[in-house]
Amino acid sequence: MALKIVKGSIDRMFDKNLQDLVRGIRNHKEDEAKYISTCIDEIKQELKQDNIAVKANAVCKLTYLQMLGYDVSWAAFNIVEVMSSSKFTYKRIGYLAASQCFHENTDVIMLTTNQIRKDLSSPNQYDTGVALTGLSCFVTPDLARDLANDIMTLMSHTKPYIRKKAVLIMYKVFLKYPESLRPAFPRLKEKLEDPDPGVQSAAVNVICELARRNPKNYLSLAPLFFKLMTSSTNNWVLIKIIKLFGALTPLEPRLGKKLIEPLTNLIHSTSAMSLLYECVNTVIAVLISLSSGMPNHSASIQLCVQKLRILIEDSDQNLKYLGLLAMSKILKTHPKSVQSHKDLILQCLDDKDESIRLRALDLLYGMVSKKNLMEIVKKLMIHVDKAEGTTYRDELLTKIIDICSQSNYQYITNFEWYISILVELTRLEGTRHGHLIASQMLDVAIRVKAIRVFAVAQMATLLDNAHLLTGNMQRNGICEVLYAAAWICGEFSEHLENPVQTLEAMLRPKVATLPGHIQAVYVQNAAKLFATILKNQEGNTDSTAAQETSQMMIDRLPLFVQSANLEVQERASCILQLVKYIQKLQQKDVEVAEEVSALFAGELNPVAPKAQKKVPVPEGLDLDAWINEPPSESESEDEQPKAIFTKEEPKHSRPRHTEVDEKELARRREARKQEQANNPFYIKASPSSQKVYQEAPGVEHIPVVQIDLSVPLKVPGLPMSDQYVKLEEERRQKERAEKKKKEKKKRKEKRSGRGKKHDSGPESEEDITPAHVVDIVTEEMPENALPSDDDDKDPNDPHKALDIDLDKPLADSEKLPVRSHRAAGAPKSSAEDGEAENATPQEPKKKSSKEKRDKKKDKERDRKRSKEEKKKKKHKHEEKEEDLLGGQAEEPVVQSEETKEVEAQPTSTSAEVSDLDFWLSNAPVPSNTQEAATVAEAAPAPEAPAGTAADSEPEEPKDTETEESKSSKHKKKKQKKEKEEKEKKKKKKHHHHHHHHHSDGGGEESVQNGTVEEEEPLPPMSNYCLLAENSYIKMVCDIQGNLQDGSQVVVSVIFENKSDSFLKSMEFNVLDSLNSKLQRPEGSGPHDGLTVPFQLPPGVSNEARFVFTVQSIVMPQKLKGTLTFIVKNEDSSTHEKLDFKLHFTCTSYLITTPCYSDAFAKLLESGDLKSSSVRLEGVNMPFHHLLARICFHHHFSVVERIDSCASMYSRSIQGHHVCLLVKTSGQTVSIDAKCDEPTLLGNVLDEIKQTFSQC
Amino acid sequence: MIKAILIFNNHGKPRLSKFYEHYNEDTEQQIIRETFHLVSKRDENVCNFLEGGMLIGGSDYKLIYRHYATLYFVFCVDSSESELGILDLIQVFVETLDKCFENVCELDLIFHVDKVHNILAEMVMGGMVLETNMNEIITQVDAQNKMEKSETFIFQSTRQDR
Repeated sequence: MALKIVKGSIDRMFDKNLQDLVRGIRNHKEDEAKYISTCIDEIKQELKQDNIAVKANAVCKLTYLQMLGYDVSWAAFNIVEVMSSSKFTYKRIGYLAASQCFHENTDVIMLTTNQIRKDLSSPNQYDTGVALTGLSCFVTPDLARDLANDIMTLMSHTKPYIRKKAVLIMYKVFLKYPESLRPAFPRLKEKLEDPDPGVQSAAVNVICELARRNPKNYLSLAPLFFKLMTSSTNNWVLIKIIKLFGALTPLEPRLGKKLIEPLTNLIHSTSAMSLLYECVNTVIAVLISLSSGMPNHSASIQLCVQKLRILIEDSDQNLKYLGLLAMSKILKTHPKSVQSHKDLILQCLDDKDESIRLRALDLLYGMVSKKNLMEIVKKLMIHVDKAEGTTYRDELLTKIIDICSQSNYQYITNFEWYISILVELTRLEGTRHGHLIASQMLDVAIRVKAIRVFAVAQMATLLDNAHLLTGNMQRNGICEVLYAAAWICGEFSEHLENPVQTLEAMLRPKVATLPGHIQAVYVQNAAKLFATILKNQEGNTDSTAAQETSQMMIDRLPLFVQSANLEVQERASCILQLVKYIQKLQQKDVEVAEEVSALFAGELNPVAPKAQKKVPVPEGLDLDAWINEPPSESESEDEQPKAIFTKEEPKHSRPRHTEVDEKELARRREARKQEQANNPFYIKASPSSQKVYQEAPGVEHIPVVQIDLSVPLKVPGLPMSDQYVKLEEERRQKERAEKKKKEKKKRKEKRSGRGKKHDSGPESEEDITPAHVVDIVTEEMPENALPSDDDDKDPNDPHKALDIDLDKPLADSEKLPVRSHRAAGAPKSSAEDGEAENATPQEPKKKSSKEKRDKKKDKERDRKRSKEEKKKKKHKHEEKEEDLLGGQAEEPVVQSEETKEVEAQPTSTSAEVSDLDFWLSNAPVPSNTQEAATVAEAAPAPEAPAGTAADSEPEEPKDTETEESKSSKHKKKKQKKEKEEKEKKKKKKHHHHHHHHHSDGGGEESVQNGTVEEEEPLPPMSNYCLLAENSYIKMVCDIQGNLQDGSQVVVSVIFENKSDSFLKSMEFNVLDSLNSKLQRPEGSGPHDGLTVPFQLPPGVSNEARFVFTVQSIVMPQKLKGTLTFIVKNEDSSTHEKLDFKLHFTCTSYLITTPCYSDAFAKLLESGDLKSSSVRLEGVNMPFHHLLARICFHHHFSVVERIDSCASMYSRSIQGHHVCLLVKTSGQTVSIDAKCDEPTLLGNVLDEIKQTFSQC
Repeated sequence: MIKAILIFNNHGKPRLSKFYEHYNEDTEQQIIRETFHLVSKRDENVCNFLEGGMLIGGSDYKLIYRHYATLYFVFCVDSSESELGILDLIQVFVETLDKCFENVCELDLIFHVDKVHNILAEMVMGGMVLETNMNEIITQVDAQNKMEKSETFIFQSTRQDR
């Protein structure tokens, strides 16, 4: 044994180390590959030895070779061996090698889990460090799951060196194992305030990275980051935080307002250019997010633009580049402010630096107008000619097309010019963007009807000169345009001047060298051309011409029939046979042209690229469900291949079809037609209702303006776009001259009256009329396509999995997996874990109070500022209100939504969120912030009816306060509402009360539709009605349909303890009917009661929700039920019960659904609805009260209101539309109603009647 | 996030490659070649940012590089990184190398690529910036080298014993 070791070390002395290897490679420049292969052989030998030092040396060399591009994955196991060495030197070599060449599919990674765990808990911090570094490069989902808990423990390590690495690696762990995010997040947040700046920076880094992808989940951290921003001196941290704020401001405009001051301070104080630049960037983001609401920020934008101009004019190319980059951000929302710097940007286009040119190009996109488009594109075309690199040239090409085609060709005044540009671009050699040009040609030719004649002529020329494009087959990206050319010539062949010549060009032998898909289009369109030619020629007396054409087809097509491409072959042989048949007929002097052209009759409408995706899935269609029972595997496996490869026997199933009699067939056909008519997937033969083409009168014979004057329209050879520029110029001048003439005339006429003279200034946008009356056909979308923006998201984005609500408290199931088989370390880590769990709910609370103190200062400062600023007067108004609210905050505030979860809400969340709102609102700190927070905490269990009553009074400023204590789930909703509110404010500046969150949106709708605004306040309303009551307990309930599930109704019951005793073991049970059933947890019997998930101390109330499934919703229904509970006194406890009757009204199946008037009108027109009406006499209330009541109690929304007449809409959970027309005159109210379900409608009307008879 | 860090010389020979996302060896070499191609044809006095790498990146990514004598230091980063910040980081990296190797030159990188990796590991971890303070980096690197030395000393002494 000893001898072996000695031998090993002697061997080692002769081994090459890394330096020797490098030297050797350098000395073998001529036969490097050969030398390296011998070295690899040596390495393989070394790896076979037992000596770990030799192995490590070998692995070290392999790492180097890996960098040179050699695959070393075969040594993966040896790398693991070296990793597990006890010596740091070798361990480090091993981990480095692993980090360079391991990846998710390396199978030996499975073996490393325990080794890594051991290293993570090593007493030597560098062992741990090296393991963390390595792991950060090759962590897999399995490793992440197994090690998440160990790493989380390390986040609280005593050494900052380990802490910062552990914090940083958590990001990778989250990515691979998203379930770890929630349990680890509290600790991560804690690390934001770590005493060590490195750890802090790492935590900021990780959270910024997380927040960048899912910003909304991190909005609640804004106060903390704000504090860091004002306190930190580390530029790295500052930059990260400022970048993060840039991502958060779009979600919360109030944040932006807060940020502007500290950011401007930083801009003034910092000497670091990087920090300054990021500040400017975020200020821009803030201004962009604010500008939508307040126009007076345009001055600040202007200031930013000015500053950026200074950057762009700087001699430092880096600053120039960044200046342009930031400029492009402004461009998106404020194109006008950038446009004034056009000179500077065009100048940058000439910069020698490609990066800068590209940036300038980006900016150009937003700067074009009708006036300067031609000029800018001309400039770009010159650059295209000059450009050396294909990348830049391709970039130019795409930019030209982007610029021209943006917003539906908005800026193009002359499409002939644009087609010429496209044709000119085809002369670019070696571009990758042939398909882009092609699709533009197609798009323009299809959608701009007036241009077709010209386009077809140009395309014919292109086809004729196809050899110019395909000259170099190696770089045939451009030949894609031939695809477009052939299609356009074929489809619009009636415009061709010389169709025979084009047909001839399309059937040249050279065509066979084009890519298959292009040939296929050639063949198909040759057939279209053929049809047109036949039509032209048959009219003539000489029939030989037509026969000659047929003969040419028959002569040329066989070339394509032999094509190796299936598509080409198939089409060619089809068409060949067709032509042969036609020829036969021709020889018999039969007229065929009509029938042949019928083959290609009809117009193709452009369909929007997203149309298919937007087709809504019809109700009841489950695409994942099997249509038939899945075939058993054995069957399908044997049968199918046979069917493909053996000659098929005449099928026996055939005759079976004939058994279906004619009648049945006809019936089926009819049914299918019916179905197709209703099916948006089918393009109907005659677009009837939603015809897209607006057949503008005279589109076909538009007078093409003055083109015949100077330059012939058909430019010989390829067109020159420049000529069009000139032409356009002339045209515009002429127009201007004419206008002047007219004006002069006018003036002459007027002069006598007014002697005023006004020069017509420089040509403005509107003055330029397009050369053609252009009818840009819009793209078709399916009927009732759903507007959605989420279809751009990449489903494979790993960050999608990290879109996790972090404010929700941890559930028990979310603990990180703790290893159990290694006894030694386990107790410690699980204890740690437990600690983390315990800490979780409390932590934020503690912090929030601390933050609050800081915030107080902030807010006070803000207040001072706001006093100085006069324009913020309005704001102060709000502040006062909120101050008031502060005073009222002791009042119990409750929301039915608040108690959504049956379990008592964890207090920390709502407190934190209300915190954020307090922080964000520039309000002076109410002296009782703490109180407010405690109120928020106590929110889940105050007196419900009182609360709801309070909420439903929209005119009371209290609502803002309620809003502050909203739980995070509603935050988004709220923001939206705030936006709405802002808009509203614009309209009515003096109107400043907040209409938030009437308990269930019923009343809110009426506000949205702007009915209540100026009128007197509504009386309090509540949808909670008494269910049952005795001396111990009172139950009130509200019944709501479930939006997500058409067969569910949710009953929210508020239990109020009226006694002095403790109520517990409450069981809620209902006697199911055939139609309605209480949803019970799995495993319980159909008559078991549901346990109410809380107990009630004296005087307390709480809410629980019960879900019922209902089948039919057209009839109201009553269910009998019982509540049993135990009343516990100090000395005794008794069993009590309370019977109740649950009344499911038809109203409770309706869901407030907003509806726009056009959709509403369509609905009424459709004629599917049955009508009914009702009259209410003696209704003595203002009309808006009446509407609000219908909205609130019966879940309707107002579609439109005109004086004393209003249309309203609602939808049942099963999708029935209910439309109301409410009219009032004096004390009589008439309601005309329509619904697709008459019984339901009748019942709803009865219920409405009842509501008003009660008051 | 940093996607990759590449160091190559004026002829495109790789001196260090660190990818924070997995590519196979061939792609890595292609990326190095392409990056070299993009970077090397740029003049000295143009900006240090570059878009348009096909293989690595995409629209969100950028190449940020600096050219020192015979070496190019290239960082491929996404939009979460500050451009000027990364330029500073490259500077810190080079200065650290300079301290650790005492007047660093290309040869140091050629023969001691493992050491360069170790230094880099103290600055960037898994694509995220770990430390930007040069003194801190050097302290940690030195401490680890010291440990390594003590181990080799033990190793050599045991070897001499036998």
